[in-house]
Amino acid sequence: MILLTKDTMDMDAPAPLIELRGIGKRFGKRSAAVDVLRAVDLAVHRGRVLAIVGPNGAGKTTLIKSVLGLTRPDAGEIVFDGTPVTGSDAYRARIGYMPQIARFPENLTGAELIAMLEDLRGPAARADRELVDRFALGDALRKPLRVLSGGTRQKINAVMAFLFVPDLLILDEPTAGLDPLSSSILKDKVLAERGSGRTVIVTSHIMSELEELADDVAFLLEGRVAFAGSLDELKRVTGQGTLERAAAAMMLRDPVGEAA
Amino acid sequence: MTTMLKVLKYQARDAIRSRWLIAYALFFLVVTDGLLRFSGDPARAQLSLVSIVLFVVPLVAVVFGTVYLYNAREFIELLLAQPLARRSMYGGLYLGLTGPLVLAFVVGLATPFLLRGIDTDTLGSLLTLLGAGAVLTCIFSAIATLIAVRCEDRLRGLGSAIGAWLLLTVIYDGFVLFVLSVFSDYALERATLGLMMANPIDIARVALLLHFDGAAMMGYTGAVFLTFFSGAQGAVVTLAALTLWVAVPVMLGSRLFQHKDF
Repeated sequence: MILLTKDTMDMDAPAPLIELRGIGKRFGKRSAAVDVLRAVDLAVHRGRVLAIVGPNGAGKTTLIKSVLGLTRPDAGEIVFDGTPVTGSDAYRARIGYMPQIARFPENLTGAELIAMLEDLRGPAARADRELVDRFALGDALRKPLRVLSGGTRQKINAVMAFLFVPDLLILDEPTAGLDPLSSSILKDKVLAERGSGRTVIVTSHIMSELEELADDVAFLLEGRVAFAGSLDELKRVTGQGTLERAAAAMMLRDPVGEAA
Repeated sequence: MTTMLKVLKYQARDAIRSRWLIAYALFFLVVTDGLLRFSGDPARAQLSLVSIVLFVVPLVAVVFGTVYLYNAREFIELLLAQPLARRSMYGGLYLGLTGPLVLAFVVGLATPFLLRGIDTDTLGSLLTLLGAGAVLTCIFSAIATLIAVRCEDRLRGLGSAIGAWLLLTVIYDGFVLFVLSVFSDYALERATLGLMMANPIDIARVALLLHFDGAAMMGYTGAVFLTFFSGAQGAVVTLAALTLWVAVPVMLGSRLFQHKDF
């Protein structure tokens, strides 16, 4: 089977924004240890949207958290814009992260939370508050987070990810809990950011949504990268017409050995 | 350092508005006011408050602290996703929890005294009581922070928190009494002193009772304690023991925090 690897894609493209090299992560103690990531090699290319796809427990969130330094990999290195970043903090100034669960200090208001981020990061050169207007969050930002609905908190979560105009956006299940209108607004925003050259990593359980957004797909299976390449390539390789079908085909296939 | 202060600022701003913390302050307000009303004597009210402080402050600090930090998990992840060093974050989280707890305790307990007007003697005792409560808060919120970092599982963490409190409040004293009764034929004043120093609640209890002239009730041992605690050596040892009780959990927790996977 022929897979499009990062090497064939790199030929005429600039160096990737992020490179994961041999990332391994094991959770738990000896007998009950689980290898969540096994020697993951992955390149995230500039100005493209990478969808990380895979069944539950494949290691998607661990992979994202490794890039952010929230989880410390046991093996391998992460290179951000040409510099290894293991153990450093400054590179996160160029990342906007939208976590899966939008649970924040419940007694603070959204406005205070945003002020806190600006305080911690230093004033943004250009604070991007477009989503505040698009989501019509004006009033909601003045209320304590505990009285807001899950969907509204998810919108504030999105605002905070885009706020600092980051080079890299990491969105973990971004549209979970959003109504169709808000989720369309968010997707438009993601595509607009990509249009202005920013890089995006996104996970979702909704394949049709990733199909709208993604240029590239990384398919994780049991902690390994079973496929990495463009969306079209994945469809071609699996002989399927949609990402959903292609992902299903990947999951049915004998995973690791064949893909390697 | 500035990162630590910023984390402290926002976490404290959240914690101080917690309904549980406000209830905690109200509890001390009502109890203190009630004691003052019924006893009519500030000194006697303070003596009753000693046992309440020794019992309630450690329990609230360790249980509220653990639960609060488990609930702050996503907030901590949000902070960790910012360009901040983990080193400077732990102190902010710890102090952002401890500060509001101390404030709630101090406001709740001191207000009824101050509203009634206070003489110098009562003020001195009040400050001692507040100081002891503040130190116990620092110690038990340090233990809470350590537990929340150490245990991934909330239920186990909460169990450990209550366990730590039971151990230091009830079980340890049982152990001390047991030792004292087994070795009752020997002169145990110094050994007892050593055992007391190993438990922060006991240190606070002895220091407070001595201050409130309870030493008379404790016989010869009390006399030995009084000599020890009023001397310079005693003050240094007590201070060192209390400092260790704050520093050890904070340092252990901070080290775990550096390598923790979120």
